[in-house]
Amino acid sequence: MIAHAIIFYIFSFVAIVSAVMVIVSRNTVHSVFFLILDFISISCLFIMIGAEFLGMIMLIVYVGAVAILFLFVVMMLNVSQQKNEWFNSSQSSSHIPVGLLVSIIIFFELIIVIGGWKYKSELTDSISLKLPTNITNTQSLGNVIYTDYIHLFQLAGMILLVSMIGAIVLTFRRRSDIKRQSYFKQISREREDGVELKDVDNNKGVKIDV
Amino acid sequence: MFSIGLGHYLTLAAIIFTIGIAGIFLNRKNIIVILMSIELILLSVSINLVSFSIFIDDLSGQIFTLFILTVAAAEAAIGLAIIVAYHRNAGTIRVEEIDKLKG
Repeated sequence: MIAHAIIFYIFSFVAIVSAVMVIVSRNTVHSVFFLILDFISISCLFIMIGAEFLGMIMLIVYVGAVAILFLFVVMMLNVSQQKNEWFNSSQSSSHIPVGLLVSIIIFFELIIVIGGWKYKSELTDSISLKLPTNITNTQSLGNVIYTDYIHLFQLAGMILLVSMIGAIVLTFRRRSDIKRQSYFKQISREREDGVELKDVDNNKGVKIDV
Repeated sequence: MFSIGLGHYLTLAAIIFTIGIAGIFLNRKNIIVILMSIELILLSVSINLVSFSIFIDDLSGQIFTLFILTVAAAEAAIGLAIIVAYHRNAGTIRVEEIDKLKG
């Protein structure tokens, strides 16, 4: 139990520190790296409390896809040079105390809610999907997600498809300064377009490039 | 102190949520960091759902976390695509200089 507590405190400390570093880091690339560290610590916490499928999926999706996407955009737009200097921007510093105040108020409201909260008595009767103990977490999720939640699952797939098409449409650009191969033009070219027969007089040439 | 319960995880999620909110408020330079703060907020919501799912012995929270993961990935992709398109048109993504709608 004590080892469990120590590991929880270590991972949550790393998660909180790296979350703070994400927003105060002066270099955007460092922010992305701390975001990756944050995701890894949280997925370790997930694995620790028994949601190992979600922990692994978190590693794959967040660290493997989302954070790398952030990293690519940061590199592509070359914004690592423009520093992230919110604490010493002189011209508009009035938002900092207001932002801190609002954040602290939100934090204390959340803490109050957590402190003064307890289960309703009929909650345990309304649970429909009890965590199974004899099969693994992955198998129990798979049992449910392809049967009871199949419509939501397909809807999630549709969301991913729409976002993929949207990202392609938003970033697609047809460049006019490069030469492209046009298969349709090549294939639909007839013999009459390409070959021309001319009668050539004796001792006279033919001017080709007219 | 040494027995980790639901309250510990909820407090951790609250702290990360607050850090994400503070990141949105305080950051005025770079819109990519704002997107990262939104990712932090979604992460804290995921922590809430998973810890509730484990501690009240119900699988639904983990399924909802899976869908939150999907939406977070889609949101990051679309947001970054919008940022790339805007940077191509306007040449900057500094938050202070994005004021086209100000009139």
